[in-house]
Amino acid sequence: MRAVVVTFPGSNCDYDCLQVLRKVMGVDTRFIWHREHELGDPDLVVLPGGFSYGDYLRAGAIARFSPIVEAVKRHAGRGGIVLGICNGFQILCEAGLLPGALRRNESLKFRSHDVHVRVETTDTAFTRAYRPGQVLRIPIAHAEGNYIADPGTLERLEADGRVVFRYTTREGARGEGGNPNGSANDIAGIVNPAGNVLGLMPHPERAAEGVLGSTDGLGMFESLVAHLAHERVA
Amino acid sequence: MIAGGGANGSGPAAPEPRPGDPGITAELVADHGLSPEEYDKIVGHLGRTPTFTELGVFSAMWSEHCGYKNSKRLLRLLPTEAPWVIQGPGENAGVIDIGGGYALAFKIESHNHPSAVEPYQGAATGIGGILRDVFTMGARPVAVLDSLHFGDLDSSRVRYLFDGVVRGAGDYGNCVGIPNLGGEAYFDRGYEGNPIINVMCLGIMKREQLIRGEAHGEGNTLMAVGARTGRDGIHGATFASEELGEDSDASRPQVQVGDPFTEKLLLEASLELIRSGHIVGIQDMGAAGITSSAAEMAGRSGSGVVIDTALVPVREPGMTPYEILLSESQERMMVVVHRGREDEVRKILNKWELEAAEVGHVTADGRFRILEDGRSVADIPALPLTEGCPTYERAGIEGEEVRALREMDLSPYAGGEGDRTADFLRLLASPNLASRRWIHDQYDTTVRTASVVQPGGDAGVLRVRGTPRGIAVTTDCSGRYTYLEPGTGARIAVAEAARNLACSGALPMAVTNNLNFGNPLKPHIYYQLREAVLGMAEACALFETPVTGGNVSLYNETSGTPIYPTPVIGMVGIIEDLERVTRHAFQAEGDVIVLLGRNTDELGASEYLYAMHGIVGGRPPRVDLLAERVLQQALLAMIGEGLLRSAHDCSEGGLACALAESALHEGEDPVGIHVRLADPLPSTALFFGEAQGRVVVSCDPANLDRVRRLADRYGVPCAEIGTVGAIGGSFVVESADARIEADIGKVSAVYFGALPERMDAQ
Repeated sequence: MRAVVVTFPGSNCDYDCLQVLRKVMGVDTRFIWHREHELGDPDLVVLPGGFSYGDYLRAGAIARFSPIVEAVKRHAGRGGIVLGICNGFQILCEAGLLPGALRRNESLKFRSHDVHVRVETTDTAFTRAYRPGQVLRIPIAHAEGNYIADPGTLERLEADGRVVFRYTTREGARGEGGNPNGSANDIAGIVNPAGNVLGLMPHPERAAEGVLGSTDGLGMFESLVAHLAHERVA
Repeated sequence: MIAGGGANGSGPAAPEPRPGDPGITAELVADHGLSPEEYDKIVGHLGRTPTFTELGVFSAMWSEHCGYKNSKRLLRLLPTEAPWVIQGPGENAGVIDIGGGYALAFKIESHNHPSAVEPYQGAATGIGGILRDVFTMGARPVAVLDSLHFGDLDSSRVRYLFDGVVRGAGDYGNCVGIPNLGGEAYFDRGYEGNPIINVMCLGIMKREQLIRGEAHGEGNTLMAVGARTGRDGIHGATFASEELGEDSDASRPQVQVGDPFTEKLLLEASLELIRSGHIVGIQDMGAAGITSSAAEMAGRSGSGVVIDTALVPVREPGMTPYEILLSESQERMMVVVHRGREDEVRKILNKWELEAAEVGHVTADGRFRILEDGRSVADIPALPLTEGCPTYERAGIEGEEVRALREMDLSPYAGGEGDRTADFLRLLASPNLASRRWIHDQYDTTVRTASVVQPGGDAGVLRVRGTPRGIAVTTDCSGRYTYLEPGTGARIAVAEAARNLACSGALPMAVTNNLNFGNPLKPHIYYQLREAVLGMAEACALFETPVTGGNVSLYNETSGTPIYPTPVIGMVGIIEDLERVTRHAFQAEGDVIVLLGRNTDELGASEYLYAMHGIVGGRPPRVDLLAERVLQQALLAMIGEGLLRSAHDCSEGGLACALAESALHEGEDPVGIHVRLADPLPSTALFFGEAQGRVVVSCDPANLDRVRRLADRYGVPCAEIGTVGAIGGSFVVESADARIEADIGKVSAVYFGALPERMDAQ
């Protein structure tokens, strides 16, 4: 299995994603610069967090014009796996690979702390290693994570089971206290209709080693490795 | 290469006055913050009247900010050496060896004056500047901390400053992707007009990647890299060396504007350049811009430089050499490139979409020469610029007012009747004691996936990848202690910083300091400065934590009112084995709570007096440095043997507040405790006094005997004072004649709710 982590000017979680894939998961992983036109046929493409182009204009709005994004679209179109974390999620929305948009947090402040997210479906390449309804403790760090989409899109996301992660309380309940940013339907992460492109605001790569306090994010990388190993065989 | 101007051939020719520049008058000299005697020295070094440009250059380099004229003689008293110190004071940042082939670069810097008039940009550019100081040493920044001191939050102006500073520091650091690992925030009327904004940065590198800010090698090329030079921040260094007044808001144009995105590109490009071997030296164009970066690089290597200002990329046309040399536009670097490798350097910079221009070169003549389109506008011997700044030792006499406050009678507040539970809850809601979560929730604390202990504990802890080790870091200073007794306050700042590190399991290694004081020309201020430096020197020597650099910020006064003297200590330590990292929070029901150190009858300078009675007075607590060191050694031995479940420094707010902090673990359920104190002391001093040299630890009851034996061996007082209770239980602290009892849920609500209520409820 081979993975690439795309570095845009202003990406700052690229190194963290590389470390988890390479050091924790043992996956052959390399960086790819945003000006490249080809991804080099990897199994997994990660769009990492950060502030591509300083989040100037709107988070992800400039990065989507980077040459590499066309290659990411082709990869996704062929059914290739794409994971967008935080700024990566914002870029996926701006690039049209995922519906909706991420607005400023309801508090109008940057929010950085652990949140609880419930795994809404384990029927994806990203979540197979989790239990249905499992509550994960994972950090967020963003100013623009308030997910919004038109009512029709929200309905379709829910009906198709494409809401993969939802903010909840520690006990897994929706409502008071769980949602850190005002996201519609408490949405923390969604997939595209084909299920191969996932975007989420929390940072699983920051919760993948015991020394950092939580390993709840590791399941996502384990799911991906297992899924891709299976695909290679099949 | 640039033509040598008038300097080639038969020796330097004096620059002609530039058309349009003002003539040199006594008023102009005074406006540049230079005394008549200093001006005479300048004339002596030049052998003639300076040009307007030269006057500006001297003014910046001989300002307090760059030249340390009132502090240098005192700073020489600080210990600066140890076998593990790789780079001491005088460089962009200090560097120590942390083992395993790695080195740690770290430094603290103030951005007080800009933040007082424009808090958001002031704090943001403060973070930007300190990051550049660290990555120009070749180290990748891995953490920032901020030490903040503001006036009382009752003032809407203070709330505006506090909110702006936190947003500014957060937005900048978050965007670049450097985790915040802690710091401190204090609120006291002593900072009403002048907030203190100190920011510290740490960076890690392989030892061999160290590079210094030097410009050697005749003919090597000087390149200006990064943002263009604009008219912002002109004479910021001189501005930072003056008192603020009623009209300081008019100084807002002297505050620079930060662009963290460009900073991030500059960071990556600089590290790539340093690794490439194409460059000789690199330095931030920080305070005093091109002037100080070029002069300091030349000064350190004993060479000279020639720069043509017409070659510097500018933001607007018509800028004079004076403006270009003294601009403090942000996100700019001066890079010294090996001659002939300019194209390779440009290729790396192009990748990161950064502008670069060849603006001059290194010479062997020891002169700082500035041309404008080939015509000489400044020609100054470099050494007097960097080393010749006159230094002063002033008269220092303690102010009468402070002495009276220190000697005030505190007996009316020494306890007796009263509801200590109500006192406790009111005290815990003080912004000086309540949770700082409102602040660090706005800072990315987990990016770079190395944060082992995040803000909210005694010290921040980072892992060092590829080793079992961790770095612990803290900042400390109680301005109130230092105000009432400067030497004691500085000793406590060092002792408490070391105690914070020891509580996390780290051995203290080195210090960076930030001396924030008022106008040193006033005898009572110079007294504070001298006493604080002497106290710091004594304590740093005793803890074997040499000072590897730092920053001096004087003239922190508004309309003649000075801040509390605030010598902030930034201290770093090493945890040999991260398995042993210890946190401040109680871990398990049934664990024994043990107090190391001794309770005393001291209430002076306490938060209790300030929060309950509005009093800043009394003697700060006594500090016995040797006893502190032994206490910390005993603590590290206990941690090293794996005996402790938690360890927490006891400081502001006293024992009751320290116990509460250990019972309230951010993000976890709070636990009840039951503590009985046997000391025959007045209840206010016992519960809320700030006696030094105390640590609250907890352990499995099975380990209590071993803890006791270790304490005995070190001669450290050790008392079993209580037990950890159940989640959601009661918080009970009692003495022979007084009692605090509250539902821990209520304690938690007060502790975590106080700052948001003050800041978000408007």
